[in-house]
Amino acid sequence: MRTILFLLQKEFLQIFRNRAMLPIIFVMPLIQLLVLSFAATFEVKNTTVSLIDEDGSTTSRRLVEHFEASGYFTVVHRTFSTAEADAAMQRGDVRMILHIPPDFERDLRLTGTAPVQLILDAQDGAAAGVVQAYAARILTAYSRDVRVDFVVPPPDPVAQPVIDVVFSHWYNPDLNYQFYMVPGILVLLVTMIGTFLSSMNVVREKEIGTIEQLNVTPIRKRDFIIGKLVPFWILALVELSAGLVVAKVVFHVPMLGNLWLVYGLTGVYLVGMLGLGLWISTITETQQQAMFISWFIMVVFILMSGLFTPIESMPGWAQKLTLLNPIAYFIEIMRRVLLKGAGFWDVQAQFWALVTFAVILVTLAVRQYHKVSA
Amino acid sequence: MNAFRGFVLKEFYHILRDRRTLVILFGMPVIQLVLFGFAIRNEVNDVRVLLVDPSGDYVTQAIKSEVLASPYFEGVGHQTREIGIERTFQKGRAKEAIIFEPDFAHRLAHEGVARVQVLTDASDPNTANTILAYTTSILQDYRRRLASGPPGGVRIVPEVRMRYNPELKSVFLFVPGLIALILMLVCALMTSITITREKETGTMEVLLVSPLKPAQIIVGKVIPYLVISLAIVSVILTLARAVFQVPMRGSLTLLMLECLLFIACALSLGILISTRSRTQQTAMMVSLSGLLLPTVILSGFIFPVSSMPVPLQMVSHIVPAKWFLIIVRGLMIKGVSFADIWQETLVLAGMTLFFLAVSVRNFNDRLA
Repeated sequence: MRTILFLLQKEFLQIFRNRAMLPIIFVMPLIQLLVLSFAATFEVKNTTVSLIDEDGSTTSRRLVEHFEASGYFTVVHRTFSTAEADAAMQRGDVRMILHIPPDFERDLRLTGTAPVQLILDAQDGAAAGVVQAYAARILTAYSRDVRVDFVVPPPDPVAQPVIDVVFSHWYNPDLNYQFYMVPGILVLLVTMIGTFLSSMNVVREKEIGTIEQLNVTPIRKRDFIIGKLVPFWILALVELSAGLVVAKVVFHVPMLGNLWLVYGLTGVYLVGMLGLGLWISTITETQQQAMFISWFIMVVFILMSGLFTPIESMPGWAQKLTLLNPIAYFIEIMRRVLLKGAGFWDVQAQFWALVTFAVILVTLAVRQYHKVSA
Repeated sequence: MNAFRGFVLKEFYHILRDRRTLVILFGMPVIQLVLFGFAIRNEVNDVRVLLVDPSGDYVTQAIKSEVLASPYFEGVGHQTREIGIERTFQKGRAKEAIIFEPDFAHRLAHEGVARVQVLTDASDPNTANTILAYTTSILQDYRRRLASGPPGGVRIVPEVRMRYNPELKSVFLFVPGLIALILMLVCALMTSITITREKETGTMEVLLVSPLKPAQIIVGKVIPYLVISLAIVSVILTLARAVFQVPMRGSLTLLMLECLLFIACALSLGILISTRSRTQQTAMMVSLSGLLLPTVILSGFIFPVSSMPVPLQMVSHIVPAKWFLIIVRGLMIKGVSFADIWQETLVLAGMTLFFLAVSVRNFNDRLA
């Protein structure tokens, strides 16, 4: 037991002695949390518009006002030539062209229907889809307003029955995207600290040669591994606490669930991720390799974790692959516990998955590590 | 000059000998392309929905079968009473509940109004918003078919054209970003780590007392990574073209030149970092958090810059990848000419010169 204490003391000394690393361990993650949470949004605001209004009537002008009043669109360019509008889009000055044809008002008044043309810059397909949905909503709302202006009689209620849709968005009525992202980003921070630092640690001893000195001491393998894992486990939990404070104070993320449950589950998760880091560092020879392999695994895990894009949207084979991804489970847990107040029994399945990962990864690392260097 | 050739060769051997890193260097872009091309979708599909139908008449049956037939929804349960929805959401079994009112068909036929309640699990706001829109449109389509007689009111019909990417493939968006990311990774991160490694293990001193000039050492370290990154860019472009049909509408030569410019920028950043850090760990963490994360987050790779808060938009101006992305997207997807992107190119060139100047100064101060 005393050996472990000395080892822990040594590891902490090494961590705190490296002045350049301290801000990176403690300050960078919080900056990342702030930046990522503000930046990582799929909401589409401020779509720049080039307007071709060939009608020039009151109705067409009011339509444009509706677009601008929505807050999603800003007309930055007005022209009567489609070529000019196209050039503006080619330069990247505008993301949408709104083309109102001549006789728009007259057609609407006489036949009850008129077209408008929307040309979207669809390089970002998803964003273009969202913009299209906004535009469609504005057009529908405007059609309703125009009906009042034109004194078109309202439809007969029995011939035109109405299905009244009442909705409510639970857990996040204002659809605040940050509430969704922040718990996921917390996972990212904890994971980065756990996996990257632990994966580089043992390799560093190998590279500098101090591993030989450790190998010839009477330290037992078990003590050595515990001594390597515990410091980062503690660091990551400290990191989590700081992250939770920022989430509460800056982003006002609702925390409905039990925080002890969050810590308990993080503890289990971290054992697995630290085991992964340690395993990587036992199979590699240089820090560069270790870092590269962990970076590679992280990128694949994060992309497939449902952090940015929903897992349900993936094709079947990809969804099956996410069953092997500890980050996916943990993000699910954090979101459910923090945002929806899920209790232990609700996340039981994920909990057991994390335990399984922890056991497998630590076993792998322990078996791979030999006190004799080849 | 001969010594220099030997030195470059030695560096190449170092890299080629490290099979694991090499496999990852070439494997990573391929796997990421495949993930972005096949697995990762932004759109919302197969949302698990819970149907609560106390009425169970022909209208609700018809609506339910339409909901379940659409690709957007997947039924997970059906019940006649409104209980246990909270638990269902907490367990993550469903993301939406559609609740019909009792006597649905009767009310619709006689009173002309029937009510549907839609509850969404908005902990994921994007999905919540999208599935609400899908649900509403299914209900409205059904209502329109029920209606008899001429429709009242006026309708503005939007004709939508999706320019540059009519099928809305997300891989179009990601390929340019992936190129930027890989170039940053190889040029900046790898370079900074190799140079720092020589310092950490003490072999830098050995190199410095050799007849090679300090500048030659740096150039020699950098050349192999330049070659490797050009090879990787070609692999990405070929794959993007052959497997995912990403277009190459502009000039390929110009694209390669712009890539070279960006590589120069990334390499000078890598040298800059290595002159400032003493251990590989520091170099790695600085490159990761100072270069790679901004390249992913603030460049418009995944998240549109124009939607970010203004201070972050300001910060994004100093991220080289942001300018590079505008250039690459313009060249590949939109087919612009140099006249449309000369400003971005100028910014990138300016940045490169600046980083290079600073790192040369640092290098002279600290190493030689």
